[in-house]
Amino acid sequence: MFDNDRWGEIWNTLSRNKLRSFLTMFGVGWGIFMLVVMLGMGNGLKNAVLGGFEGFATNSAFMWTMPTTKPYAGFQKGRFFTFDNEDVGIIRRNVTGLESCIPQLQLGGWQGGNTVTYGNKSGAFSIYGCEPAVLQVEAVRIPQGRFLNEADLRNERKVAVIGVEVVQQLFGGQPPLGEYIKVNGVYFQVVGVTKRKSSAEMGDNPDAKIYVPFTTFQKAFNALNEVHWLTLVAKPGVDVADVEKQVRLVLARKHKVDPTDEGAFGGWNMQEFYNNMNGLFLGIGGLSWFVGICTLLAGVIGIGNIMLVSIQERTKEIGIRRSIGATPKAITGQIVQEALTLTFIAGYIGLLAGVGVLEAVRRLAGEADFFKNPGVDLFVALVAFAVLIVAGLIAGLLPARRALAIKAVDALRAE
Amino acid sequence: MIVLKDIRKAYRTGANLLQVLKGIDLEIRGGELVSIMGSSGSGKSTLLNIIGILDNYDSGEYLLDGMLIKGQTETESALLRSKYIGYVFQSFNLIGFKNALENVALPLYYQGVPRRKRNELALAMLERVGLKEWAHHLPNEMSGGQKQRVAIARALVADPKVVLADEPTGALDTRTSAEVMALLTEVNRDMGKTVLIVTHERDVAAATQRVIYLRDGVIENAHLDPRGLSTAMDGVRVTNKPAGDVRP
Repeated sequence: MFDNDRWGEIWNTLSRNKLRSFLTMFGVGWGIFMLVVMLGMGNGLKNAVLGGFEGFATNSAFMWTMPTTKPYAGFQKGRFFTFDNEDVGIIRRNVTGLESCIPQLQLGGWQGGNTVTYGNKSGAFSIYGCEPAVLQVEAVRIPQGRFLNEADLRNERKVAVIGVEVVQQLFGGQPPLGEYIKVNGVYFQVVGVTKRKSSAEMGDNPDAKIYVPFTTFQKAFNALNEVHWLTLVAKPGVDVADVEKQVRLVLARKHKVDPTDEGAFGGWNMQEFYNNMNGLFLGIGGLSWFVGICTLLAGVIGIGNIMLVSIQERTKEIGIRRSIGATPKAITGQIVQEALTLTFIAGYIGLLAGVGVLEAVRRLAGEADFFKNPGVDLFVALVAFAVLIVAGLIAGLLPARRALAIKAVDALRAE
Repeated sequence: MIVLKDIRKAYRTGANLLQVLKGIDLEIRGGELVSIMGSSGSGKSTLLNIIGILDNYDSGEYLLDGMLIKGQTETESALLRSKYIGYVFQSFNLIGFKNALENVALPLYYQGVPRRKRNELALAMLERVGLKEWAHHLPNEMSGGQKQRVAIARALVADPKVVLADEPTGALDTRTSAEVMALLTEVNRDMGKTVLIVTHERDVAAATQRVIYLRDGVIENAHLDPRGLSTAMDGVRVTNKPAGDVRP
């Protein structure tokens, strides 16, 4: 392999047929290029979309009530019911595999906007009644102040944590901490500011939210002991769908709903959604591999073909070499090394070009939401290269066998 | 050096079996300069190829330097060729994209001789055949006689025991033929190589010590005196026919 003369021979044969060598290499280079670019683009898409989940607990689910769809225990179908404070305790006691069950409230209902004022400025924001544990599922950071705590909850304090957009609209450049904002006629003191971690939005824009203690919300906005929806987080390794199922049964019993009534509970399973997304990207990745490998194969078959032709043309030369003492190993070695050199150089150039294109796309796409850090990892590059080397080996070995199948004396007679 | 016992060889062409060698018994001692003559199709080239381990035979025994040459693998054959045999072909068979020096050095490359040593030996051999100044020329820049001298240098460079020449002057004119024959004679006389030349030119055969005459796959005469050959030629009117067709 590290034989200077061998390289000389290879350079000789390849440079005698420059156009052919180039065209051959182009096939393989193109294959690797396609593989790298497609996988890289797929990765970019995946990074952007799945990156949106950053900060969300993916093993979580939301659950809310809907009108019943089946009559049960003397009630007609179409009955409205509401979760309440008691449910939370029941769920926490009776459901296994549950990390936390967080009750939540929103002023004006789901995605309701409310006028919030500070001084002479006002804006419409969503008001959430929360427990501190909600940070498990809200993808936010706290750049200023603090989030709600247990003491706020216990003492039903009139404090609020507000999103950065709220700060911007109501306070402009002023520091918001310690100031009072008016929500539906009730004053809350701002104790903290939140900022979103990720681009994905599950429900309202997190930067336009105002969080107040769950207990305070119930008192201040006359929600009695109502709970608008429940956020369920499963323990690590537990399927949240499993938890969801248990909760449904427990709540169905409590609220006298037919246990088989699927329609009585609304739900949104984050994990399922995440898994679907993952599956989608798995599919895209698989397709990229398939197409890439096929293109690569076409290239390699091209190399094999060209090697066959070139061996055919050199039958006499090979005969001469054999007549002066070249062993089959020496002949095979040279042909295989030729094929490997072709595939290797072509593959390397293809790889470089592919990575180059991905880099260019990354620069151009910049901070675009739909595309983030396209690129292939080292493992992929190595696998692609391994495929290439094996293929190159085959592309060399087959023609070499062909060349040696001819008797030396017949090879010498070839013209 | 070379002992052949009842060597037979047939080629299959379609449904026909063409018997080329029909029992050859022959002995060539080390240091001999021998020519093989015979008409086209008499099997002389096939015989040379068998002796050169380029071709196999169907039955009989071939001993080269006391070794039975039969059933070797291609690798073993290659090593034997490399050690014992130097080939000279009618059409020179130089590799066109290699210069004279590289062509001559090639057998040594396959023997694993390091480049520097190889080039030294090859250059010395080129000097010996009088082509030192042509070392870096490609074959197509040389005349036929020069090419054949390069080929002879290549055949000799690995110091083989036997030099086999298949119609070495077949592509050359009379004058260069004489030069090449002088060189082969010198190779035999001064270097002590066993030299075997297949030819159908009487001038060439006349320059050897012994002529083996082959006819239809059998040896008609294994000890023809080349001087006798030339006498036998006297009085025979040779027109365009190759000399080999002239029966002694």
